[in-house]
Order: sequence, then structure tokens, then C-alpha cells
Amino acid sequence: MKWGVLIFPGTWSHQDFAHVFQDVLQVEWGYLWHKETSVAGYDCLILPGGFAHGDYLRCGAIARFSPIMDAVVRFARNGGPVMGSCNGFQILCEAGLLPGALLRNDSLQYRCRWVHIRTERRDTPFTRTSRPGQVLKIPISHGEGRYSAPPQTLAKLRSNGQIVFRYATPDGQITDEANPNGSLENIAGICNEGRNVLGLMPHPERASETLLGSEDGRVLFEGLLAGALPR
Amino acid sequence: MLEAQIHVTLKKSVLDPQGDTVRSALATLGFPGVTDCRIGKFMLLRLAEQDPAKAKTQVDEMCRKLLANPVIEDYVFRITEVAG
Repeated sequence: MKWGVLIFPGTWSHQDFAHVFQDVLQVEWGYLWHKETSVAGYDCLILPGGFAHGDYLRCGAIARFSPIMDAVVRFARNGGPVMGSCNGFQILCEAGLLPGALLRNDSLQYRCRWVHIRTERRDTPFTRTSRPGQVLKIPISHGEGRYSAPPQTLAKLRSNGQIVFRYATPDGQITDEANPNGSLENIAGICNEGRNVLGLMPHPERASETLLGSEDGRVLFEGLLAGALPR
Repeated sequence: MLEAQIHVTLKKSVLDPQGDTVRSALATLGFPGVTDCRIGKFMLLRLAEQDPAKAKTQVDEMCRKLLANPVIEDYVFRITEVAG
């Protein structure tokens, strides 16, 4: 199983993902530059955090038109697993692979700190090895992470079980205080209807070794590494 | 030459904390009469197209595809003749 880590001009978390794949999980991986037009040979695609194309206009708005995105959309439509973290989540929303949008934090401040997120769904390829309601300690680092969607979209996310992670207290309570950015219903991560595309604001790649404060993020990679791909 | 003046703002239903902060700053400054404030973007495009009707169609498509995100934003624009 080979992981593809996308790089747009302005991406900054690609080396952290590469380190986790190379040194921690010791799996096959490769970088994919945004000008490439094929993702052939890769089994899972990662859209890392950063400021792709400077986040000009809106976060992810220009990145979705990068040449590689056509291949990413095709890969996702064919059921291939795609995970976007932070800026990657914003790009997936702008590309229409995930519903809703990420807006300026309600505090108007950049938030860079540890948060806890509760796993709401285990029926995705990324979370299938997690425990029911497992709380993960993972850092966030963003200024625009307030998940927003029209009421009908939110209702659909709820009824389809597409809300995968919610900001929570360390013991798993969903409270306003645990919500770092004003996201609707404490939403920290969602998946598409096909459940193969996941977007989340926290950074699992920065929480994959106890030396760095938490290895809770590893569960998101281990789900995919455990056995055959659900394609 | 034609010029498009485009305003993009957050939809009424979307919380605008930046606008709210500016409104309360205005109240502190002695302007309590501002009942709402929304912050948006203003874009000015110079167009090679000379037919205003065609320009309008083009700019509308630009707004839908890139300049505004219809999930969270509204846009309005006008096309005017300006000196080249």
C-alpha cells in the first residue's frame, strides 16, 4: 500500500506526513507535486496542511484548480481513500468532494494548541480500528477552521452519519468550551457520502509519536493499513 | 473598456465575527447607530470583452466558479464603461 502526499505551493505539513510514513509507520509513500496529472500507483492520497497558493481569495479556492486535482477527484469518485488535514480539508471542501466550508475562527485568532476530538463514526476506512467514541488528543493549527454549512446540508450530514469527529473535552463531552473555533455542532471532521473522503482540521501527523506528546493520530493511518482496502 | 466591480459578502445566515467586532468598535467610538456590519471583498476586473451583455454572462460565471463560494457567500456586480 503506497501513500501519496500532495504538495501545492505553500503546503507545509508534507514533511511531517512523510516522516510518519517513512520513520514511524515504515510504509511506502511518495510526494505528488500539484502540477502532476496522474495519481497512478498510489492507494491513498493525503492533502496536508499549509497555505496552498497562499490561500489567496479563500482557503483552498485556487488549489482546487491545480492540475492534480482532476486526478484526485477521479480517484475519490472511484472509491479511493483521500484524507485532507487542515488546509487539505479546506481544499476538499472547495473542490466539492466534501460539503460545507471552513470560515474564520469565531475568536478571529489563529489557534495553535492541543485539542481533543471524539470519534463519532467508525464506519470509514480511516477510523475503523478506533474504539467506539474514542477521544483523540491531536493538535490544531489554523485561523480558518470554523465549519459552516447550510441547515439542509447539516441535516444530511447528521442523517447520513458523515460527522466523523467532534471537538470534545478529554473525557469525551461535547461542550462549547471544547470548541476551539466556533464550528457548527463542534464539527472537527466529516466524510463524504461514499465514506472514502475524510477532512479534518486537526493534524494527525503531528500526533503520531509519544515523544511529540501523543500518538493518537496514528489510528487514522492504522485503519487503512489494517487489511485490504475497502474499494 | 469595460470594468466589472464585484462585491462578495458572507451570506446573511453565516456568522461574521469580523463584522460584529467592527460594529462594536464603532459603538465604542461613539457611533451606536450601526445596527449591523458585514465585511466582504471588493474586486475590480478590467475586461477585454466589449459587449456589456456578454461581459455580464462571463463575470457571473467567474463569480460562480471561483470568485465567490456559493455555500457561504453572496455576490453582486456591475459592469461599467471606463476610459481605457
